[in-house]
Amino acid sequence: MSDIASRVKAIIVEKLGVDESEVTPEASFTNDLGADSLDTVELIMEFEKEFNVAIPDDQAETIGTVGQAVAYLEKNVKA
Amino acid sequence: MEFKRVVVTGLGALTPIGNTVPEYWNSLINGVSGAAFIKSFDVEKFKTKFACEVKGFDAEGFLGRKEARKLDPFVQYALFSTEEAVKDAGVDFDKLDTSRIGVIWGSGIGGLKTFLDEVVNFAKGDGTPKFNPFFIPKMIADIAPGHISIKYGLRGPNFTTVSACASSNNSLIDAFNYLRLGKANMFITGGSEAIINEAGIGGFNAMHALSTRNDDPTTASRPFDLDRDGFVAGEGAGTIILEELEHALKRGAKIYAEMVGGGMSADAYHMTAPHPDGLGASLVMKAALEDAGLQPSDIDYVNVHGTSTPIGDPQEVKAITDAFGDHIYNINISSTKSMTGHLLGAAGAVEAIASILALQHGIVPPTINHFTDDPAFDPKINFTFNTAQKREINIVQSNGFGFGGHNASVIFKKYQQ
Repeated sequence: MSDIASRVKAIIVEKLGVDESEVTPEASFTNDLGADSLDTVELIMEFEKEFNVAIPDDQAETIGTVGQAVAYLEKNVKA
Repeated sequence: MEFKRVVVTGLGALTPIGNTVPEYWNSLINGVSGAAFIKSFDVEKFKTKFACEVKGFDAEGFLGRKEARKLDPFVQYALFSTEEAVKDAGVDFDKLDTSRIGVIWGSGIGGLKTFLDEVVNFAKGDGTPKFNPFFIPKMIADIAPGHISIKYGLRGPNFTTVSACASSNNSLIDAFNYLRLGKANMFITGGSEAIINEAGIGGFNAMHALSTRNDDPTTASRPFDLDRDGFVAGEGAGTIILEELEHALKRGAKIYAEMVGGGMSADAYHMTAPHPDGLGASLVMKAALEDAGLQPSDIDYVNVHGTSTPIGDPQEVKAITDAFGDHIYNINISSTKSMTGHLLGAAGAVEAIASILALQHGIVPPTINHFTDDPAFDPKINFTFNTAQKREINIVQSNGFGFGGHNASVIFKKYQQ
């Protein structure tokens, strides 16, 4: 697992109070991990803070699963 | 139109002197102080370094980590005391019409800790508004009854009363009135407060409202003592389940007491100082008596507002003297804030619980920490100093007065068929 993927996973476990094993790439924040709309906003903010990036709202709307978050961050975070 | 009768069928308490109703009552009759040095933040630069904090409350254990994180302490406390009250009432909401069960909750301030944390976080940044999406829904004072309704599926009237330290007396009175009018069958009511943080203590210190007796915190809350020097901040929650009598009887509920009256008034005098002659306080006690159809001579015990401030206590004694006349010598007066500290928006709720239990047990909880008589007070008045007193109590009155000049007073009576 990439460094980004493991940090994303840690944030999701912390914020959504889910078990690590549930945080699979396909897992949807809302359908599988019990997030509501406010949780989703908070997750995006945590990603921004952790990786020091700004995720515009129109981009944030395309991030609905763990895998999509990791892919977005791998593309946009400067190594 | 004939009013319906309203009874108390469940109690829950999370206080600085006990995290359940039985623990709370045991501390009350044994004169236990809840004051200690503040543990929740660094008090080094604060004028007041102590308060009556809730002890051993495990929010994550009670709510789970995910839920606890989304709730300000004043909501965590509300859910905790309400769980006790719901169990105590033996109520099964699945068997009742939940559209006729409401929640009316008091809080003087709401989520002050959440507000403080979020604003500090903003101030540390570069001006970009990075507020947490839970900031507003965690902080707003009405969110406590919202969460209670969500947890139990209660779809009746639901709101918060805000009148500073009278808030939960107002919630009791509102619930009582809707029940009397037949607008609902049951209310979860009471109040909660959680202001023991830098903003709460610093803010009340700036007003010179808090005791600064840092060398002896447990004796700092000393209502009616000559050397009282301000109130001691408290926190916690009290839940009272009020129910229309027929509804309670039909489900075979245990009945603690009957709520028979509520009065409200305003000082119309000053932002924070009480009226020097106790005008609003006297009016509110008379209004509650009139509402209950009682005479002053019917009252056995008054659980006073009595916060231990130099100017608050005398005006309340003036008011009681005015409202009760010579009957003042026959009643017991006590300020349980001497033990709990001042729970602000939750004070009315936890003091109503103390009053109801006093009725039930025939014991008046004391005003502890009495050392020196204040010559301003008539020595023939029984303030129940230092030790609990046994007496038959048929009717009890409990007062709450808030910054802004809000006054609210409630009356409970032993239940008789």
